[in-house]
Amino acid sequence: MIELHIILLFMIVAAFLAIEMRGLLSSVIALGAVGMGLVLQFLLLRAPDLAIVQLVVEILILIILIRATVKLDRPSESRLRENWAYLFCVLLFGGVFLFFGYRALTGLPVFGDPAMRVSSYYIENALEGTGAANIVSAILLDFRAYDTLGEVTILFTSIVGAIAVLRKIGRKK
Amino acid sequence: MSLYFMALVLFCIGVYGLVVKKNLIKKIIGLVIIENAVNLFLILTGFRTGGEAPILERGMEAVPEHFVDPLPQAMILTSIVIGLGVIALLVAISVRIYEKYGTFDVTKITELKG
Amino acid sequence: MKEHGMSLPVKRITRITVALIFFYGLYIAIHGHLSPGGGFAGGVIFALSMIHIVLAFGRENTMKVLSGAAASMLESAGALAFLLIALGGVFAGAFFLNFLPEGEPFSLFSAGTIVFSNMAIFVKVGAGLFAVFLVMALLRTDDSVQNNEGEDR
Repeated sequence: MIELHIILLFMIVAAFLAIEMRGLLSSVIALGAVGMGLVLQFLLLRAPDLAIVQLVVEILILIILIRATVKLDRPSESRLRENWAYLFCVLLFGGVFLFFGYRALTGLPVFGDPAMRVSSYYIENALEGTGAANIVSAILLDFRAYDTLGEVTILFTSIVGAIAVLRKIGRKK
Repeated sequence: MSLYFMALVLFCIGVYGLVVKKNLIKKIIGLVIIENAVNLFLILTGFRTGGEAPILERGMEAVPEHFVDPLPQAMILTSIVIGLGVIALLVAISVRIYEKYGTFDVTKITELKG
Repeated sequence: MKEHGMSLPVKRITRITVALIFFYGLYIAIHGHLSPGGGFAGGVIFALSMIHIVLAFGRENTMKVLSGAAASMLESAGALAFLLIALGGVFAGAFFLNFLPEGEPFSLFSAGTIVFSNMAIFVKVGAGLFAVFLVMALLRTDDSVQNNEGEDR
């Protein structure tokens, strides 16, 4: 799976650029590169539903972020005072995190051979139980519809919150 | 294995942007990178070498060993859309903060607090 | 102040492409139980088609097609419809039970309540995201009018 490594490396480079670029617009565009890399990963990992959703969601995130930043981009951001102690702290934290992450990864199943204890039931019973040919849809809206209900609730709350924050009624001038 | 580790590195970069940068939009970008890394990691754990996408066709046997794991895909599908709602809420709050204080910089906002 | 969208070619092409994008989202949502896609992807595509109108024609003309209040009502209606489908299962036995007949596999009306759940989520996600974007665009226009910040462009 060399292509997965290459795309993931591209995503890491683009993510680093998105964090470190000076202008906000450049950062947002580099973030779009990360998202498109993720779309390619989903396609290669046999998840076409996720690829479609990630593609359109990434476009919408880009539109929202550009709309929020394009007129407000001021170059006069306070630069970080970079000294050696600070850099040392960052590297120490990253190293410790990656070390213990690596230790934890050895306990996982090997890549390319998932456990699938619950999913076997879903795959075997999707067509007879629900009549849906898309197993992901069957899980999402039939077997585990409670999760979808919670997801709809969260999305509703966040959208109502965003509208309440942005509206003009009751705002002090 | 190395793919898992690279997803962790991507997660680390997102945490770096979220913690270190002082610009609110940069913090949101770090959060989006963290979301992408976690979604990718969970999908990687469900991949089966040579497996089919979990969509049945006519005349296809529903044998679990022939498909990739569909359960992480369904959960990540909801996670992506939740992430979109969260990003919309965060951008709304950031734009309001910019309206009130005239800057995205966190240090200046705390200085200007009245 | 005289902000009425982009130039004439953009508007002409937008008239053609918006319908295509909208019906593509509807197609993805309706066929969610047969092929890749579903209510979430279709809903975001629906929101993108409406945002397309906002970007090309300006906010005032878009409000005639679908106003912010109507979008909020549609979002609430979608969430309520999803909940009603779930409640319909209670009378047949359990919450979220698939109480409709399953029909013949691989045909359009086959998967019972999944089709209608997909449609409810399609309306809810699309209208909600469009409402957020509309409020965001509204805020920016009003500020530029009030403060006369011409130098920001």
